Amino acid sequence: MAATTLKQRFGWGAGDTIVIAWALFPVWYIIAVSFQAPARLANWGDFWPTQWTLENYRGIFKTSEFTRALVNSIVVAVITTLIAVVLGSMAAYAVARLRFPGKTALVGVSLLIAMFPAISLVTPLFNIERFLGLLDTWWGLIIPDIAFALPLSIYTLSAFFREIPWELEKAAKVDGATPTQAFLRVIAPLAAPGMFTTAILVFIITWNEFLLAISLTSTLNARTVPAAIAFFTGSSQFETPSGSIAAAAVIITIPIIVFVLFFQRRIVAGLTSGAVKG
Amino acid sequence: MTQATADVGTRAESTGRRKKPPLSEGAKAERRLGWLLCAPAVIVMIAVTAYPIGYAVYLSLERYDLRFPNEAKFIGFANYATVLTNSFWWHAFFVTLIITVISVAVELVLGMLIAILMHRTLYARGWVRTAVLVPYGIVTVVAAFSWQFAWTPGQGYLAELSGGAPLTETGSAIGLIILAEIWKTTPFMALLLMAGLSLVPEDLQKAAKVDGASAFQRFMRVTLPLMKPAILVALLFRTLDAFRIFDNIYILTAGAHDTGSVSILGYDNLFTALNLGIGSAISILIFIAVAIIAALFIVGFGTAAPGQEAK
Repeated sequence: MAATTLKQRFGWGAGDTIVIAWALFPVWYIIAVSFQAPARLANWGDFWPTQWTLENYRGIFKTSEFTRALVNSIVVAVITTLIAVVLGSMAAYAVARLRFPGKTALVGVSLLIAMFPAISLVTPLFNIERFLGLLDTWWGLIIPDIAFALPLSIYTLSAFFREIPWELEKAAKVDGATPTQAFLRVIAPLAAPGMFTTAILVFIITWNEFLLAISLTSTLNARTVPAAIAFFTGSSQFETPSGSIAAAAVIITIPIIVFVLFFQRRIVAGLTSGAVKG
Repeated sequence: MTQATADVGTRAESTGRRKKPPLSEGAKAERRLGWLLCAPAVIVMIAVTAYPIGYAVYLSLERYDLRFPNEAKFIGFANYATVLTNSFWWHAFFVTLIITVISVAVELVLGMLIAILMHRTLYARGWVRTAVLVPYGIVTVVAAFSWQFAWTPGQGYLAELSGGAPLTETGSAIGLIILAEIWKTTPFMALLLMAGLSLVPEDLQKAAKVDGASAFQRFMRVTLPLMKPAILVALLFRTLDAFRIFDNIYILTAGAHDTGSVSILGYDNLFTALNLGIGSAISILIFIAVAIIAALFIVGFGTAAPGQEAK
C-alpha cells in the first residue's frame, strides 16, 4: 500500500464516511427516539433528543413481556442458524460436487420453497402445528424457520463451494481419502468463510422473521421480539408507544452488531488467508 | 439449467437400466453420499412446506369465504378468472413490478459500489462492513416505523425538511417505499457481491494493470465476468424477495393511495376479507409470477442454479 496517493486515501475515506452515514442515519433516529423523554414524543421532529432519559428502557424491562421475548428470539435464531448452516452445507456440497440422480428435484424443491409467498403458508402451518402440539413452542418456530432458511443456505453455499479449488479434494482422494474424509478434512476448512457468511444471513433472516412469529405463537412462551413489538403498538389506539418500540429496537439491534463483529473477523481472516488460491 | 441437469440425470438412469453393473464402486459411493447429504435438508423442507403448498393450491380452487363457511364448494379456476379480470389485481401487479425493477436495479449499482468499498477501502474496513449490515439486521417492521414517523407531517424530521405529506400521494409514496426497501436490503446485495469479489484472483488484476488496463477496464473485463455467478445469484434472490414486498408497504401506507403490492392484496383477501379462496388464488398467481421471473433468470441469463455443471 506504499503507492497510495493522497487523493486515493481521501477518496476511500470519503466513501467510507458516506456509506457509514447512509447506513446509520435512520438508526440514529431510532436511538434518539429511544432516549427521548416520553412527554416529548408527541413531536417526532427532534432529531437530537432535547431531554435524555432512560425512561423507555426502564419501561420495557419492567415486565417480562420484552425480556422473555428476547430470550425466545435468541434461542430460536441461534438454533435455526446452526441447524440450517449444517444441513445446508451438506446439501450444497452434494449439489456442487457430487453426481447423483435427484439433484434436479432437490434444486426444484428448494427454489419452489424460496419462491412461495409465505402468507399463504401460514394458515395451513397453523393447523398442522396445532395438531402436533408445536404451536407456541420454540421448535414450532425453529422448524419452519429452518425450512425457509435452507433454500438460501443451499443456494449461497453451493455458489461458494463451486469456487473452491477442488484439485485439493482429488489430491486427498489420490492419497487414499474417502469422499467423506475429503469433505471433512480438506473441503470443510476451505468452505468456512462461505459458511460464516451464510450463517450471518440466516441469523439475520430468522432474527427478523415476523409473519410466522406472529401467527404461530400466542403467548410469551415462544413469541419473539419482532412480534412482541407489534403488541406494544396495539396497546392503545390513540397513543403509539414509540419510545418503547424504539428502545426495544435498539436492544435487539445490539446482538446483531455483536454477531456481525464476531463473525466478520473470521470471514475476513478466512477470505484473506489464501483459501481461495489454495 | 434444468434442461442440462435433467439430461445428465436421464442419461445416467438409462445407462443404468441397460447395463447391469453400470456404476463403479466410486460412483456408487458418490451417489450414496449425495443422497445422504441432501436427505436431512430435503426432509425438513418437504415436511414444513409440502402440505401447506398443496393446501393453498386446493383452497385456490374452492369458493371458500370464512364468513360463509357452509357455502364452500369446489369451483375449479373461477377464482383465478375473478382475480385476473379485476383491475385491483392488475394495478397491484404493476405497482409491484415498478417497485421490484427500480429497487433491484438501484440496489445492484449501490450494492456493487459498497461491495467494492468494503473489499478495497484503506480505512475502517471493519466499521464499514459492520455499519452496512445494520440496516439489514434491523427488524423490517421497526425500520419501516422509523421511516413512517420520519415522513409524517408535524412529527417527523424528514417531513419537516420536505414540507409535505409524501406518503399520501401515490407517486411519492411508492418512491418512499422503494427508498425504504433499498435502504433495508442493499446490504444483502453488497454482502453477496463482496463474497464474489473476494474470489476474483488478485494476480489477474495485477496482470491486467501491467498490460495497461484502466481501473474501469479492469472492472468491466476482469472482475465482472468472474463475478457473474455471484451477481446473478444475488439478483435472483433480491428480485424474488422484492416481488413479494410486504412489511415495508404494510407499515408505511398499508396499501392506501393505490400503493398496495400483490402480497398486500393477497393478505387483505386472506386476513381482512377472510376470503380464503380468492386469497389463495392470488398467492398462487404471485407464485407463478415469481416462477416466471426465476425461469427468465435461469434460462434467459444463464444464472447458475445449484446443480448446474460449470460451462
